[in-house]
Amino acid sequence: MNDDPGYTGQTFKSVGTRPVRPDGIDKVTGRARYGADFTMPGQLTGLILRSPHAHATIKKIDISKAEALPGVKAVITSKDMPDETGGDRELLPILENCMARKKAFYDGHAVAAVAAVDMPTAKAALKLIEVEYKIHKHVTDVDKAVEPKAPVLHRDCFTRGVDPKPEKPSNVARISTFGHGDVDAGFEQADVIIERNFRTEQTHQGYIEPHACVASISPDGSGELWVCTQGHFVFRQQCAQLLGMDVSKLRVTSSEIGGGFGGKTHLWLEPVAMALSRKANRPVKLVMSREDVFRASGPTSATSIDVKIGVTKDGRITAGDATLRYTSGPWAGSWAMLGAMTAFACYDMENVKTTGLEVLVNRPKTTAYRAPSAPMAAFAVESVLDELAKRIGMDALELRIMNAAKEGTQASYGPVYGPIGIGPSLEAAKNHPHMKAKLGKNQGRGMACGFWFNFGGQSCTNLNISMDGSVTLTVGTIDVGGARASLSLCVAEELGIPYEQVKTVIGDTGTLGYNEMTDGSRGTFASSMSAIMSARKAIEEMRHRAARMWEISVDDVVWEDGHARATGDTNLPPLSIADIASAAEKSGGPIAGHTQLVADGAGVSFATHICDIEVDPETGATKVVRYTVIQDAGKAVHPTYVEGQFQGGAAQGIGWALNEEYVYGDDGRLQNPGFLDYRIPVCSDLPMIDTQILEIPNPNHPYGIRGVGETSIVPPLAAIGNAVSNATGVRMTHVPMSPPRILDALDEAQA
Amino acid sequence: MAEIQIWGGLRPAVGGASTITLEAATIRELFRKLEERYPKTLPYIEQGISVSIDGVIYRDSWEKKLPKGAEIYLLPRIEGG
Repeated sequence: MNDDPGYTGQTFKSVGTRPVRPDGIDKVTGRARYGADFTMPGQLTGLILRSPHAHATIKKIDISKAEALPGVKAVITSKDMPDETGGDRELLPILENCMARKKAFYDGHAVAAVAAVDMPTAKAALKLIEVEYKIHKHVTDVDKAVEPKAPVLHRDCFTRGVDPKPEKPSNVARISTFGHGDVDAGFEQADVIIERNFRTEQTHQGYIEPHACVASISPDGSGELWVCTQGHFVFRQQCAQLLGMDVSKLRVTSSEIGGGFGGKTHLWLEPVAMALSRKANRPVKLVMSREDVFRASGPTSATSIDVKIGVTKDGRITAGDATLRYTSGPWAGSWAMLGAMTAFACYDMENVKTTGLEVLVNRPKTTAYRAPSAPMAAFAVESVLDELAKRIGMDALELRIMNAAKEGTQASYGPVYGPIGIGPSLEAAKNHPHMKAKLGKNQGRGMACGFWFNFGGQSCTNLNISMDGSVTLTVGTIDVGGARASLSLCVAEELGIPYEQVKTVIGDTGTLGYNEMTDGSRGTFASSMSAIMSARKAIEEMRHRAARMWEISVDDVVWEDGHARATGDTNLPPLSIADIASAAEKSGGPIAGHTQLVADGAGVSFATHICDIEVDPETGATKVVRYTVIQDAGKAVHPTYVEGQFQGGAAQGIGWALNEEYVYGDDGRLQNPGFLDYRIPVCSDLPMIDTQILEIPNPNHPYGIRGVGETSIVPPLAAIGNAVSNATGVRMTHVPMSPPRILDALDEAQA
Repeated sequence: MAEIQIWGGLRPAVGGASTITLEAATIRELFRKLEERYPKTLPYIEQGISVSIDGVIYRDSWEKKLPKGAEIYLLPRIEGG
């Protein structure tokens, strides 16, 4: 069996085709079951009471009146969720976030929860819970939070990553630095240097399906959880640890998922549902409202970024320096670190330095959002590059081509690159008809590049051959963006059978070994590597079975085009999978292939975007009139899904660039927790987003696959910023570039 | 002897050096020797360190060999969306 995951350059029959998606009919007919669609006998309705204060000590919670209300079966506070983390630095903030302990750290922070026989009773019970708060000064702004006089969220937060340890606590949880060379010497070589501050506001992933789960915990210490998640194995591990359960006694089943984009990689309400179920001894369903989702799930960071870049007059970047401050909510994250790693990753730079500051604020806990932290850093860097190109009289695209990273370049975050796609994506942009199209009145064109790492990790798959020769692949990674179709295509390719003969299903946590989440663009990359190996093991088994059926040596059996064939001088007719499977009972029993592996070697990903926008000078409103995404996919397994990922990332980036933002009042409360006031783009806001797939094979995957899910959210902020600047003559430095901000910028420029 | 390059955030744990040398043939041995010589790196190792070998990033592969003369770069573990 060939268990080498390396790329062989094979030609494909199934991979690269565009079959109908396997989940389409269920989704458009309403048959698909999402998180809130599970129901159990005796199920209770759960509701969570949330803090109305941005920063307050919880002095006392009286739940007696709520408990006495007829129909209420359980009321819990943090006392019902004791700290079982054993000092685990990763888990304790999750517990504190799911249910406030001594302090409420943001508007919307959970402080208590009820389970009752129906929703009206649960709502009435929430009103009977009496919470006594001591309100503290709060801080929600990223720059104000790092000021010396800012209210400090945690008295035990001493900045990590610096030596010696600071003497005083602060809201800077950690500092990360990256880079190489000598930036001071680099700036001395520059003919032009531009230094600017950029700000981006906090945005939400905007997934249409809110968080939802049903938990059923038995007095015998076992339990089940049905949940909408991007990673049910991770949820099982963390929920069991938080509730003090044996991991193997908790079975987690994932639902269909109505969007996640990173927001469903973290626990929010699941441990609360489990604690309610444990206390009530009944199943409990918890579903977030849209307001809950905005106030109390995990948006991305708000940022303030200082960027300084120097170039020679012929366009060579001599140095780049960036200091990136990212909010991480009330607990430390690694968001600024990711911004610092990705900021200059597209470019070949001799002298580069980035410094990321994780800033604690009284906002919800920051969570991953599609290529987390990269879009904001790209907005700053790509905007300055455009401005530098103008200053030296060079085409902005040519400047990027001249400085693009390539194979052998030392990345700004450390190691050297293997084969990468930034250069080809820029060349494709240069030759794209979009770049030559004429612009109308008040219109401008912008372009920008983006980078994301991608990663792999632990994956485990089962492949079972049925007696009729059809094939079931069971995987442990959630299908967020079409993985079932792409994994079926890979199995069909490897076995040499039609796509229609393969069905991929998502197994629950009792069916497979541990699988990491569907994040980091790993779903198709990692699970396909495991699925291909499982198929190869099944082929090996079927060669042995055929040998037994023919009574010849297995060495005389080869696998070709979905059939076992006897080699040499023989008249034996080929055996199909169905022929072999139908005789399985007599030849050795069920036929299967199982693989567990760590999928390493995920290839990094680059994209170049081009956009045309039109600014209404009267209102400041910006309309995107044309948009093109060019991105490297390694190998597009199902090109339609790949295009969909490119388009989806661009659409979310456009919303981020133009409209979306969390608005906090002076009282620290979120002012716009709903889709009426938090404006995500709808179809009528967007043009058809054109795509161009590049295929630069990843040498570390059998089919050359790279992850494609995240990179295309990285360039839009900068591409639109550059387009707006080209249309108006005003450099935009604050995202979103909403109508009031554009009008203010125009007024300021005229003044 | 393998030459190991260190990302900025880990440097305080190894006395500020950007590059260290260790006698290590695999990722497993690298982490064991790193912890032995620089005990302050333990929390980072527990949290997760990725190892780039000639530009290919490995997260969890202890058995992966460190070829002589290869570029080895330690990086923080990253999250995706």
